[in-house]
Amino acid sequence: MDVMPKPEILDPQGQAVAGALHRLGVAGVRDVRQGKHFELDVDDAVDDETLQRIAGSLLANPVIEDWQVTRT
Amino acid sequence: MRIGVITFPGSLDDIDAVRAVRLAGGEPVTLWHADRDLHRVDAVVVPGGFSYGDYLRAGAIAARAPIMDEVVTAAGRGLPVLGICNGFQILCEAGLLPGALTRNVGLHFICRDLRLRVESTATAWTGGFTPDQEITVPLKSGEGRYVADDTTLARLEAEGRVVFRYVGRAPNGAMGGIAGIASENGRVVGLMPHPEHAVDPLTGPSADGLGLFTSLLTAAATR
Repeated sequence: MDVMPKPEILDPQGQAVAGALHRLGVAGVRDVRQGKHFELDVDDAVDDETLQRIAGSLLANPVIEDWQVTRT
Repeated sequence: MRIGVITFPGSLDDIDAVRAVRLAGGEPVTLWHADRDLHRVDAVVVPGGFSYGDYLRAGAIAARAPIMDEVVTAAGRGLPVLGICNGFQILCEAGLLPGALTRNVGLHFICRDLRLRVESTATAWTGGFTPDQEITVPLKSGEGRYVADDTTLARLEAEGRVVFRYVGRAPNGAMGGIAGIASENGRVVGLMPHPEHAVDPLTGPSADGLGLFTSLLTAAATR
């Protein structure tokens, strides 16, 4: 599960990373947004709806974050 | 009046909150995060600190602690609840207050005394202040920037639920300069600065913070 700050939420951590890249002399990086990545080891019986509930009720705060669930 | 103060693993300011309750004339009752019993308290303080190490998000794990189930249920019945700093973050994460607290603009942890304006005296915790009264209390937080969507912000302003606002520019970049807000019924209040650290001029910048605790006790005494 990837959890990212919503586009409209200021991300000062991402900005600090972007600033550091700029100081390293890396050109062409317009913006950096910092988020979280969770890896869950779940039984096959755990359905998508449950995974969405896990993300929306604990792993992400829907007020400030978006999330994406990917099964691999 | 029995006022509960919750201790989570990583709480720092529970002892000062207990002291503030006592100095205000209340009977402090210590509550434990893993308990499901509010011990017949008449109000609850959710104190500051770094509950559960701020893992996941500040306040996120604490908001799902057993004691918080009881606090949420009791708040639904009108129990006065005060969340300070990490406690404010916990109340937002628990859904008792709208919005969220995010990393300070500029990323610095801010630790200093500052001026707040009391914007609403129509809450369980601010009835003893005069409208627009300015108070001096410490702020000490790294994730104190209040954010909410435009609809929520407009609603908070329209309903007079912004309880405390930073005087001058908000040092953490909080939207609308918001330092503290209240629930719809005014019983639940959360704020980032620390009134419990400003209850005695010997140990704090003022005794202004005592007003939150005495407000509650006075209201209870005259009811």
